[in-house]
Amino acid sequence: MNGLHNLLVWFNDPANWHGYNGVPQRVLEHVVLWAKAMTVATLLAVPVGLLLGRSRRSGVLTSNVANIGRAIPSFAILVLGVVWFGLSDVPVVVALVLLAIPPMFTFTFTAIRGVDRATVESARGMGMTETRVLRSVQIPLASPLILNGIRLSSAAVIATVPLAALIGGGGLGRYVVDGFSVRDFAEVGAGVVLVVALVLLNEALFAGVIALVTPGPRTRRRRLRMPRA
Amino acid sequence: MTPVLADQLVDWSYVGDHIPEIRHALQQHLALTVIAVGVGFAISCVLAAIAIRFRISYQPINAVAGVMYAVPSLALFILLTPIFGLTALTAEIALVSYTIQILFRAIVAGIDGVPDFVRESATAMGYTRRKRLWSVEVPLALPVIMGGLRIATVTTVGLVPIAGILGADQGGLGTFIYDGLARDFKTPLLVGAVVTVALAVALDMVLVLTERLLTPWLRRTHAVAAS
Repeated sequence: MNGLHNLLVWFNDPANWHGYNGVPQRVLEHVVLWAKAMTVATLLAVPVGLLLGRSRRSGVLTSNVANIGRAIPSFAILVLGVVWFGLSDVPVVVALVLLAIPPMFTFTFTAIRGVDRATVESARGMGMTETRVLRSVQIPLASPLILNGIRLSSAAVIATVPLAALIGGGGLGRYVVDGFSVRDFAEVGAGVVLVVALVLLNEALFAGVIALVTPGPRTRRRRLRMPRA
Repeated sequence: MTPVLADQLVDWSYVGDHIPEIRHALQQHLALTVIAVGVGFAISCVLAAIAIRFRISYQPINAVAGVMYAVPSLALFILLTPIFGLTALTAEIALVSYTIQILFRAIVAGIDGVPDFVRESATAMGYTRRKRLWSVEVPLALPVIMGGLRIATVTTVGLVPIAGILGADQGGLGTFIYDGLARDFKTPLLVGAVVTVALAVALDMVLVLTERLLTPWLRRTHAVAAS
């Protein structure tokens, strides 16, 4: 239990809570990288998933493209990004975006596909425009699955941001890489604990949001109310 | 000479001089991946069997595997070094732990996805529990299980280079990446990254072909649907 003791000592040391290498600063850097990557990836993956999920013909091709997307090794992409863009946040964000897109896209695509055909037909039969069908029927019904895809991507991104430290970037990976270079395993462990805490926070937040948007008895009445003509 | 070389994107003479090293790293990369996915698959099969037999155990196993998955790979490689040293064993343990969550879920989801009426028909035809598992449930679950194997394999190929932080004998093609980062020399970076991506795509294709060979009935239904 020596390791655990050292870990507690590390977290209790006020020096680790201040300045450019303090926990608040490193967590902030971590979250900023996460936010940049997730914003770009969500804006790319979700709208495209919605559109392709609605079209009739895109099945096989789309799922193959998404599978190849999962074959991209983040570290290799990060390194290629460094060759291309130099040492900065750009290769990190590019690698993270490519990591985040496949789960979000696949979930959005299958979620829209999975909305009950009869429900969509009824909505059309009631005279809704296509935009209205998408906005008021398909997206609400698909939103739990879509958010689940975003949750998965988000967790993967949080756990992968530490790679940024290998190319001199910030975030919690600094503790891991710097700790290892001086064989200070308490510092490495602290980095891990903080990253896992962020992932668990991510799970909790998404679980809450998904519970809120899931169509069910609690929200059904409001959702089904039609505007009076 | 050196500054000029550093500015070139690819120094082909470096690539030419290092063909044996690249081949060696590729073999090592492949070996690390195959062992990790193989061991991970064996462990996942046992865990999945337990989870299917005893439903209550699914959530705890899944939660533990999920937390293991949340630990950044770079950190897991490092945290295991005080216990197992800078060895290939350390790399393998970390790699295996990442495959388990993917494979465990895929196997359970695959077996769970077999429709109840199929299961009941098999029982009604006099299949024993074991015979039903091997001749009905496993074949029907194969596409989902193979999907998990593909993701696990490709993920592992991508994680092996990170293990290169442990030293030259653990990282496969990652050795070139760390070398390139350390010397700010782009050619080995590109060699490591490009060959890694190529290996991931190649292994994925091998698994797709295996899946097609193992599930001839799916091809037949596609053919019927197309005609």
